[in-house]
Amino acid sequence: MARRWLSAFLVVMLLALAGCGSSKAPETQGTDSTQGAAENSKTEQPKDVEISFYYPVAVGGPLTKIIDNMVAEFTKANPHIKVKPVFSGNYADTLTKVQTQIQGGSIPEVAVLLSTDIYTLVDQDAIIPLNDLIKADKDGAEYLADFYPAFMANSQIGDTTYGIPFQRSMVVMYYNKDLLAKAGYTNPPKNWDELVDAAKKITDTANGVWGIKIPSDGYPYWLTQGFAIQSGKNLMSSDGAEVYFNSQENIKGLTFWKDLAYTHKVMPEGVIAWTAAPTDFISGKVGMIYHSSGSLANITANAKFPFGVAFLPAGEKGFGSPTGGGNFYVFKGISKEKEQAAWQFIRFMTEPARIAQWGLDTGYVAPRKAAWETQVMKDAAAKDPNVLVARDQLQYAAAELSVHNNPQIYKVYGNQLQAIITGQSDVKTAVDAAQKEAEAILAPFKK
Amino acid sequence: MAEPVVQPKRKATAPKRGTVSTGWWRPYLMLSPAIVLLLAFTIYPMLAAGYMSFFKINLATKQQMVFNGIANYKDLLASPAFHTVMKNTVLFAFGTVPFSLGLAMFLAIQLNKQFKLSGIFRTLFFYPTVIPMMSAATIWLFMYTPQYGIINRFLGFFGIPDINFLGSSTWALPAIMMMTVWKDAGYFMLFYLAGLQNLPTELYEAAELDGANGWVQFRRLTFPLLMPTTLFVSTVSLINSFKTVDQLFLMTGGGPNNATNLLLFNLWELAFSFHDKGMAATLTVVLVVILLILAIIQNQWVDKKIHYN
Repeated sequence: MARRWLSAFLVVMLLALAGCGSSKAPETQGTDSTQGAAENSKTEQPKDVEISFYYPVAVGGPLTKIIDNMVAEFTKANPHIKVKPVFSGNYADTLTKVQTQIQGGSIPEVAVLLSTDIYTLVDQDAIIPLNDLIKADKDGAEYLADFYPAFMANSQIGDTTYGIPFQRSMVVMYYNKDLLAKAGYTNPPKNWDELVDAAKKITDTANGVWGIKIPSDGYPYWLTQGFAIQSGKNLMSSDGAEVYFNSQENIKGLTFWKDLAYTHKVMPEGVIAWTAAPTDFISGKVGMIYHSSGSLANITANAKFPFGVAFLPAGEKGFGSPTGGGNFYVFKGISKEKEQAAWQFIRFMTEPARIAQWGLDTGYVAPRKAAWETQVMKDAAAKDPNVLVARDQLQYAAAELSVHNNPQIYKVYGNQLQAIITGQSDVKTAVDAAQKEAEAILAPFKK
Repeated sequence: MAEPVVQPKRKATAPKRGTVSTGWWRPYLMLSPAIVLLLAFTIYPMLAAGYMSFFKINLATKQQMVFNGIANYKDLLASPAFHTVMKNTVLFAFGTVPFSLGLAMFLAIQLNKQFKLSGIFRTLFFYPTVIPMMSAATIWLFMYTPQYGIINRFLGFFGIPDINFLGSSTWALPAIMMMTVWKDAGYFMLFYLAGLQNLPTELYEAAELDGANGWVQFRRLTFPLLMPTTLFVSTVSLINSFKTVDQLFLMTGGGPNNATNLLLFNLWELAFSFHDKGMAATLTVVLVVILLILAIIQNQWVDKKIHYN
């Protein structure tokens, strides 16, 4: 009998689910509460300010400890500002946490999020433009000009600056000097033809040695974006409302990428794992890999053979690589005092010597020109010239794919890239499909 | 539970049932902690999802609560991604449930026999259930790795070339299924072991006298007598398979090209990656309806069909 009642209850629940909704009045959404939070913070004493700082950790090493130390130094220099560092998982987790905080009305002051989150954050009305804060500083203009333009490309929309580069990276090529020497190369391949030639000579499938591996699971758009840039056209417009997935340039680039696996047979077919690629490289089973500049520390620590870091080999229109990594953002709806405190904190964290040391501790590319003039950086570069490669490639670098509704665009394009590399689809069909889907997703943002 | 205890006392002091002094509300008071939790964490979210599924709420496009009728449902049913995800989920369910049940029953029958190491073997086969899914996924991720993963090493021993299990659109879903079967079989084995210990031994003695050998005994006695366990376990595992998500995060991210994108993973993507809250609510309703239907089937149909001895 009890069981029958339970079933009856479940049926009623089903009907309730199907029927409800139309009868109730709409609720108000959480974003309204941002005003309340702003009013609350007005009552804060201007003297003592507390700000929370959300940050992700995306590379190996004791980074939380380094951040804690940097924050402690900041508090020592600015006793009236108390910074509460909050380690919040990876980039995606951090974004989710920050967004949840905003919807719940307790807005964080400053966070490090992906530079490519810029449109997402602006569209959600979550962050403030930094122009006024920059202008208020005496040396503001010089400060901004000191950042490499390739990194600023993902930090501004038009003339409005929304992000300050902090932990930035780039796609570079790591190469095994022993394997390349056996193939007759003393220098790394400079262009696509040399890449294929060297990779063919290295590939020895009987012994499980591959010429090259380009990961395609987590961020397939990022690792293949270089091929489009090297062919002469990036994947998106600078206003973030258009993508060019089926351009002639991208088709040429992706065809080359697919041919590495299916025509030249120098790369394994199917999706290659991001995390496995450095391991394969360290174990000497692959001649060259495309990976983040941030993997340098890991590879340096573990490779038992001489290796080098190089530019991505050039295509028809020269060298090219997309930037990556995280920026500082300041959130909307906090008091002026807190905005100022957050800005002071960002300025402190990006001081040349500090950001140079941060880069050396983590493997990120220091985003300021002045950082590379510091003694600590010069010493490090003298010891290991590999440190300089990413910076030198910056002059050829372009913005990472970043448009409105970005996560969804990544998904549709990434799916089609995986369809290409698993052999499910030819390049033209795949990019046409991606373009069509992306245009539908971007339609609300077309002016 | 409380009433039979209270009643005789009541008769002595207050003969009338349901007067204020006896407190008709008392059972509800006792139940209230459970009811509050159920309302707050089960009923309310379900109703809220049902409500939100009729609205366009997309944080990525600045869309805040626009009434959309049943358009969300229409869009969802028309989207090719949803078809892929549903197809994968059904494939996954039918590719894992029978195998994990079959394996569980086989292991249970073997381990039910008393032999020297049966205790150790029971522990060993139960072990995958105890470790967290995330650890299991990490182990299998490594085992599936081309070149140095143990599975490819093993295949290479027989001259079979490397298979990029998680990176191939053909192999990725079967690879996830295999790992899930391994993870679940030990848990279901426990139910079967319990079921087996309750089987009457005299039936087997009679069967032996009649000259029924092992296979006939299994087919005519063990299998039918385990039916209640099988049906209970199959519902549990079916519901579990619709809730699969953890290993996808770690092993494939739903790829390559959605080949391993299952219902709950897709739901997470919609809600927390695309910020399309309305569509996520719509998919939640679909998921809840599927799970409710499975629960109803279990409660109404399955229990009646089985003869408990």
